[in-house]
Amino acid sequence: MHSVLGDRKSVALLLGPALLVYSLVMLVPMLWSLGYTFYTGSVISGFTFTGLDNFTKLFDDPALPSSLWFTVKYAVVITAGQVLMGYLLALLYVFFLRRAGSVVRTLIFFPVILPTVAVALLFQKFFEFAPQTGPVNALIEAFGGTGVDWFATPGHAFLVVALMDIWRSMGFYAVLLYAGLLDIPDDLMEAAALDGATTWRLIRSIIVPLSLPVLVSSLVFSINGTLKAFDSIYALTGGGPGSATTPLTLYMYQTSFAYGDYGYGSTIALTLTVLCLLVTVLIFRATRRDAGQEQS
Amino acid sequence: MASLFRPKTLVALGAATALALTTAACGGDDSSSGDSAAKNFSFLAINENTTIAKTLTSLSQKECATENTAQPLEIKKQAQASLDQQLQLLGGQGALPQLFTAANAPSLTKQLAGNGSVLDAASVSQGVQPAATSVIKSLYDDKQLVLPTELNIEGIWYNKKLLADNGITVPATWDDLVAAFAKLQAAGVQPISQAGKGGDGWGVTRWVGNYLLRSQGPDALKKVADGSAKLTDPQYVAAADAIADLGRKGYFGKSPTSIDYATALNTFETGKAAFIYMGSWALSDFNDPGKNKIGADNVGFLKFPTVAGGSGTADQMPANVGTAVAIAKKSYEKDPKTQAWVKCIVANYGTVALRDSSQITGFAADAGVQVPALTKQIQDEIAGVQTSVLWFEAYFSAKATTVSQNSGGQLAGGQLTGEKFMQTVTSNLG
Repeated sequence: MHSVLGDRKSVALLLGPALLVYSLVMLVPMLWSLGYTFYTGSVISGFTFTGLDNFTKLFDDPALPSSLWFTVKYAVVITAGQVLMGYLLALLYVFFLRRAGSVVRTLIFFPVILPTVAVALLFQKFFEFAPQTGPVNALIEAFGGTGVDWFATPGHAFLVVALMDIWRSMGFYAVLLYAGLLDIPDDLMEAAALDGATTWRLIRSIIVPLSLPVLVSSLVFSINGTLKAFDSIYALTGGGPGSATTPLTLYMYQTSFAYGDYGYGSTIALTLTVLCLLVTVLIFRATRRDAGQEQS
Repeated sequence: MASLFRPKTLVALGAATALALTTAACGGDDSSSGDSAAKNFSFLAINENTTIAKTLTSLSQKECATENTAQPLEIKKQAQASLDQQLQLLGGQGALPQLFTAANAPSLTKQLAGNGSVLDAASVSQGVQPAATSVIKSLYDDKQLVLPTELNIEGIWYNKKLLADNGITVPATWDDLVAAFAKLQAAGVQPISQAGKGGDGWGVTRWVGNYLLRSQGPDALKKVADGSAKLTDPQYVAAADAIADLGRKGYFGKSPTSIDYATALNTFETGKAAFIYMGSWALSDFNDPGKNKIGADNVGFLKFPTVAGGSGTADQMPANVGTAVAIAKKSYEKDPKTQAWVKCIVANYGTVALRDSSQITGFAADAGVQVPALTKQIQDEIAGVQTSVLWFEAYFSAKATTVSQNSGGQLAGGQLTGEKFMQTVTSNLG
């Protein structure tokens, strides 16, 4: 094996095609986009070199802070919700639903494979206020409350977006974490149980530490996925009311393609890339320190 | 074989493939933009407007059958909200269809003309009425970049029966109108039906724009465009506040942010609301008994009323060419078959649209076409227009237009103050 990987020809043969495709569909557009950050204009109006203007504009743009804040808020809330709900479901599969587990797992996983737009339409109807009253408001009214116009205020709209995205993806994280939990040796658990450990103690001292690597992977997956979220928000609220649920991705898309400013759009994209990079580095550093402490 | 895997060779190979792929991707659709004659006569329609597609199809079967045999009509559809973006992409690739719905933001059509993608249709516009020409020229810097498949006036339409039932005479001033709203609201009738969902909020911003034109005079928005006034000036904010106030009182009904264009129109046409701000393009709906349950003779048209102390008058009519179509310059100039099609459209569109859809267009129409009474009334109104004014966003950039229209719903829902609305729009004027 070592001799195969030591051979430059075989390395090139094995890596070449993948590297080529990766470069074409990822690196070239990324560098291209990076180049756009120094220009203003679009393919129609033509491009003008503006130096660092787009970067100074970032700091003057009143829409950017709210967009950035929404992105961070969304990422934190959805990640926490997805991973926590996923973890609780995984624990449920492992400890309480050993027999009927596969049916429940399938049911909870189901929304993951549904098209986002379909799920968004479903939630729009669920939470509808006018012209028809959706089931949620009908229920509130049945209990004597007054219906809520969910998509008219930023707070309520965010709540629906969060609920939808957590519901949609918790099944995926449940399966991912379930696989991690299955790796924990049964005899270790039995030994602890024999020693008189309570369920809480089992979870705290054995299950959580032993499933930490997969938990961290889930966190990284989730946070990077949610920082880049686009489709679910676009389909559910379209960024509204006003621009209250507009994440950086949607703002970037509008700036580039609806407002015809590719340069500033690319600068927003770069901001998002830097944000993703920072968050990933932070998570990895934090977990490496944990791993280091455990070893010492 | 060994030499093939040298790093340099690999890099060169990669670069060559990248170049080939990029070139292929940017090459565009040769059928519509190339040198040779196109196989089809393509039209990019929007989902929200069915009249143009219907009229063109009708033309292709009768009046323009010969042109259609030479170059069959092909209609592609696009959501209005993403039209501008689609036009930018197609324009950038030189792949615009021969005929397409003009961009929502006139500034984009001007840009497309600037890079040679859109034909100045002055040379083919012999059949276009002077009123339409003047609106088009005021929108497109004295150029005739679009064909007027609509010629609209806008105003407030009302349900005659609902007004009579509640003892309301047709309001002549803004104060009368607001008093009518209050009376209707007290009687449990929704005063205004207006869409405010996403980009459909233009219906609400029209109220703001017209109030401004009545209170500050017909140049109010032009002054903003040339920098001599700001939307955040107190007298401008007052206009947005007047509409926000209607919103706070619930006159726009339950949750305007949830109501789209079709629902708003349907609410009015089923007698559930007394007033709606709308353009005369809705005549085809109003004259359709399948859609209009209150009956066409029950629909009245009211010019946007005057505001006390304002310098604007009710005769200054909001007029526009609504959903107009533009012609791709390169495909037109190189293709006699396309030229024949366009010529046939200009000659016959007005008559067919009026006959089949009660749509008043900027093209000359055969005088013998029988039209419903409501359409006749609007035709007379259009013929009598002395001064026309443009809508709130007419001079805005694409960004400010989107932001303004997306915020309209919140204004009508009472969630935004006039000041906040004007600030939001101003910060995006760019």
